[in-house]
Amino acid sequence: MLAKLFGGTHRKNRVYDFHGGVHPPENKQQSNGTAIQPGPLPARLILPLNMHIGAPAKPLVAPGDKVLKGQMIAEPVGAVSAAIHAPTSGTVSAIGPRPIQHPSGMDAICIVIDSDGEDRWVDHQGIADYTELSPGELVDTIRQAGIAGMGGAGFPTSIKVNLGDHQRVEQLIINAVECEPYITADDRLMRERAADIVAGIHILQYLLNPRRTLIGIEDNKPEAISAIKRACKGCDIEVRVVPTKYPSGGEKQLIQLLTGKEVASGQLPAQVGVVCQNVGTAFAIQRAVCHGEPLLSRITTLTGDAVAQPGNYETLLGTPVADLLQHGGVHSQQLGRLVMGGPMMGFTLHNPAVPVVKTTNCIIAASPQELPEPPPEQPCIRCGSCAEACPANLLPQQLYWHAKNDDLDKALHHNLMDCIECGACAYVCPSHIPLVQYYRYAKGEVRQRAADQVKADKARQRFEARQARIEQEQAEKEARRQARLEANRKKKEAGAAAPTGPSAEQAAALKQASLEASKAYKAAVKAAKTAEAQGDDNAADLKAEAERLKAVADKAKAAVRDAKADAPAVAAPADDAVASLKKQVGDASSAYKAAVKAAKDAEASGADDAGDLRARAEALKATADRLKAELRDAKANAPTTPAAPQTDPVAELKKQVGDASSAYKSAVKAAKEAEAQGADNAAELRAEADRLKAVADQLKADLRDAKANAPAPAKAAPAGKAPPADSPKVPESDAPQSVAGVDPEQAAKRQKRLKALKTAYNMAHKQYKDAHAALERAERHEELSADEFNAMQQKVDKLKGKADVARDALDALVEEAKADIRAHTGKDLKTLKLEAARAESALADKQQELAQRRDSAAEETLEALEAELKALETEAHIARKALKQAVEEQGLVEE
Amino acid sequence: MSLISSTSPHTTGKTDTGAFMRQVLYATLPGLAVLTWQFGWGSVINVLWAVLVALLSEAAILKARGRPLGFYLKDYSAVVTAVLLGLALPPTAPWWLTLIGVSFAIIVAKQLYGGLGMNPFNPAMVGYVLLLISFPAAMTRWIAPGQTPEPAQSWQLFLGQAGVDGFSGATPLDTFRTWAGNASELSGHAILHGQFAGLGWEWVNLAFLLGGLYLLARRIITWQIPAAFLLGVAVPALIASLVDPVRFAGPLFHLFSGGTMLGAFFIATDPVTAATSRLGRFIYALLIGVLIWVIRSFGGYPDAVAFSVLLLNLCAPFIDYYTQPRTYGHRKANRGVGS
Ligand code: SF4
Ligand code: SF4
Repeated sequence: MLAKLFGGTHRKNRVYDFHGGVHPPENKQQSNGTAIQPGPLPARLILPLNMHIGAPAKPLVAPGDKVLKGQMIAEPVGAVSAAIHAPTSGTVSAIGPRPIQHPSGMDAICIVIDSDGEDRWVDHQGIADYTELSPGELVDTIRQAGIAGMGGAGFPTSIKVNLGDHQRVEQLIINAVECEPYITADDRLMRERAADIVAGIHILQYLLNPRRTLIGIEDNKPEAISAIKRACKGCDIEVRVVPTKYPSGGEKQLIQLLTGKEVASGQLPAQVGVVCQNVGTAFAIQRAVCHGEPLLSRITTLTGDAVAQPGNYETLLGTPVADLLQHGGVHSQQLGRLVMGGPMMGFTLHNPAVPVVKTTNCIIAASPQELPEPPPEQPCIRCGSCAEACPANLLPQQLYWHAKNDDLDKALHHNLMDCIECGACAYVCPSHIPLVQYYRYAKGEVRQRAADQVKADKARQRFEARQARIEQEQAEKEARRQARLEANRKKKEAGAAAPTGPSAEQAAALKQASLEASKAYKAAVKAAKTAEAQGDDNAADLKAEAERLKAVADKAKAAVRDAKADAPAVAAPADDAVASLKKQVGDASSAYKAAVKAAKDAEASGADDAGDLRARAEALKATADRLKAELRDAKANAPTTPAAPQTDPVAELKKQVGDASSAYKSAVKAAKEAEAQGADNAAELRAEADRLKAVADQLKADLRDAKANAPAPAKAAPAGKAPPADSPKVPESDAPQSVAGVDPEQAAKRQKRLKALKTAYNMAHKQYKDAHAALERAERHEELSADEFNAMQQKVDKLKGKADVARDALDALVEEAKADIRAHTGKDLKTLKLEAARAESALADKQQELAQRRDSAAEETLEALEAELKALETEAHIARKALKQAVEEQGLVEE
Repeated sequence: MSLISSTSPHTTGKTDTGAFMRQVLYATLPGLAVLTWQFGWGSVINVLWAVLVALLSEAAILKARGRPLGFYLKDYSAVVTAVLLGLALPPTAPWWLTLIGVSFAIIVAKQLYGGLGMNPFNPAMVGYVLLLISFPAAMTRWIAPGQTPEPAQSWQLFLGQAGVDGFSGATPLDTFRTWAGNASELSGHAILHGQFAGLGWEWVNLAFLLGGLYLLARRIITWQIPAAFLLGVAVPALIASLVDPVRFAGPLFHLFSGGTMLGAFFIATDPVTAATSRLGRFIYALLIGVLIWVIRSFGGYPDAVAFSVLLLNLCAPFIDYYTQPRTYGHRKANRGVGS
């Protein structure tokens, strides 16, 4: 006897306690005396697509469709969702917004079924022996049956019973507490259908394989307790009677009562090895698995002083509350307050047309005397009754104080978010303060603030990424400028002095550029990581950006190393400049494309930074264009073809300056507009404008430099240009005539050589790249000794040298081909390309204009625009063709 | 159908702030009875007069602040303040003393801070300290045990028409303070030797203890404050009196003298100005108790409930910050002021 008292069993069967709790009048006797009765068969059923927590189900029927009872009419979407079935046979009359029970009083999309009164079932069949199914198949059965937590929250059951192998379930807890006053649905269900419930629990046991299974029932339901105990006889389900106290049926409170465990703040019961299911859910699972009946109805308590026959009704989902009230005989003149759910946590209904859903356990039609108007709020006297009652062991009086003063930080410090909104505090408050209302408000504010914070973080990340990019661009530009200056200087000395390696100055500049680039890369990586950690959806974008920056940084590093390696060699620096420019052009245009895509996506999703992104894309495009132009310049200047004619770099620069300053001006305008509208990215736009200004200034400085240098170098070039007068005019005819005087044999030979050289170069370059990457990796991981490192570096340098030789040869050949084109067409390749590009961009502009004005402009304008577009299209086509032909004829391949 | 629309919970308990305060009033009755038995009708007159003054002051100020009279007077908080102050004043107090003290307590200490729930200091004690500092003589003239005045004499004292010299005498606390360290004098004063504590006062304190137990039973107050308060007084007293019984009075003497029980069950438990968490309240009251013993033993005033309570009122918000309970699902309680 003593051993039994103090021994293990005693401890094991212990019921723990939780802090606080209240004892409101139970008011259960009104409805628990009579057996469960069938509810009404209403003429019209309204089934909201989101009766559960999670994604709304997707309708499978259309208005006019005939449906049978039990037929699935909406399927789950994604993991957290639940199916919906027709609760009776009839016709789908509408799918659209209807009022539902929601605190905000908002309408929601519902499927409306006009019943035909026949209640005809679809073919259905239970599973004879569910143990033959794998747990996965069983979970799917539950999912297809549309079962969601029937206790209150309506969380899809298939998620809760599908934990995966790594989760060991210590305790499966069946919640039969039903602690809210008035409600007796679970009580009656247990009294009348205990065997089915236990069968359902066995299914849950099969799915979850818990170490122990506990049923928690409050001690105010002796009949239910004995019925369940009887049904559980001989199986491993333990019935635990808990003292009557509100809110012992709260999931966390019940877990504490039965296991002594606390679910850590912000976590799920599964994390402490507990799964909780409501008895009603267990019953529904049994119906679904053993009888093949999806969730079509539920037991709803109809009670309150205004009801003539209070009791429990097996109500079809979708039954309008008004129908149920009528069925139970409500005296509408006595009705003062209509509550869905219990009096402690339920919601008042503003409209009795709302439907009964999967979670509707109770409808209270109360007389005004029964649930009177709340008394006026008095000042808080800090009596502490609320703190004594709070099951979460909070200090409700402090929460109230901080919530009222909008001091969210302090409220959070007092663990506002751990409030379960049970209402125990408000129930006991002698000053009748609607405390829960304050907490809901404060929680809403907190959530709002968090959302705002996320938005601000995103903006900051964008800003930082842009800063990094700007720095990098500036560094690149500086390096390029240095290179250009150097090249110019070289050219000045070209005739007399033997070419020397790149100057120390240039190397330093390259180093600087490399440093900047890797800095930018690191910043971008950080931004991407933060974004990812916050589950930010532009994390991917940022990552891509980081990747790009990494490539740039690597390239810059390589350039530094090249410069070092090249120093003693007799290489032509301008060549390197060409190569690096080429790469830059590639990078810039891919960045531009990515930006355009991002902008489009953003636009499509209606993101508010779409404009911003668009502007960014424009800026990138300008950069790309500029770089292209520079590349052309540099190519033209390349010393391998000293005779190469050269468009005036000054003129080119002038154009760039013009472009840049107009970009700057438009950016300033955009920023001003944004400011005027109080847009929150005004500051960003302003920064962008400043950047553009810097670019423009830089270009101006370049221009000055160039002007100073201009008269000296290859000004003799124009002599090489073919006389323009007798040059064949290409663009006039649709099919440009073949360029005269090209020796096809020679072209073919060159084509062959070109191809061979290209392959050679590609191979060499690839080898070099791989070696270089290996070196980088090694460097990063510091896994090489100094000697090994040097050896490797040498290898890399050698490979690089090989690649360079190949490229030089290739370039020489290309230049030769270009010279031929020039000789034969009177235009150099560059001009052709420029023409084509211009035609192309004019075309694009027109297209855009047309797209923009499609909605607004008048018919004639549109027509005119369209005609213009057509003309431009032809022009572009011609230019493209001319270019292609020239290139092909020379055995060149357009890169 | 016009339905009530409200947020949950849709039902509330039966208690309300007025009922809460009324319970406190009932609980003071034994104490008031014993005071009257020991010191005559002065206390009853004080209390009634104080209530009248309090209601008038509260009404006047509510009117000036444009608040609804009935609604706020119904919370009985002004009455409680008045009764507690009336009980704390000497039964010899003339009418103007009470008038000044109570009106100051209501108008300045309570309403000017924003009314019920907003006042950081216990209004009754603010009134008491004001009077003690301004009129020290009038505030320390207690009636000697066994010299209970007739009702008519009490009335005359109230009207300020009779000299108090015939009745007044030192309280046990006073006497002990005067003769502390002098063994023969201490044993010679009868007032120090009642049944188990100071003569007369032991019964007064016992009566307030009784009322306090009633409040505990009705769950109007929780045990933390009175228990910690009494511990705070008794433990240092016990230790000190064991070390030097001639210089320091024993715990029983301290517990049942002066305002100890009134302070422990009625004054320090004022929820508005106390700390708010369980642990916070314990610490709050413990410090009040210790402070009372310290001032009684070493300070310049014979009793120190008012000073100690006000001092700890000052500390209450701070205590609150460091005594939050551990919330469900958290491994540790949050401490400090937060961000
Ligand atoms: S129960 Fe009401 S009056 Fe008492 S402390 Fe809490 S909020 Fe204030
Ligand atoms: S509503 Fe929140 S603060 Fe109030 S008792 Fe429940 S959990 Fe505690």
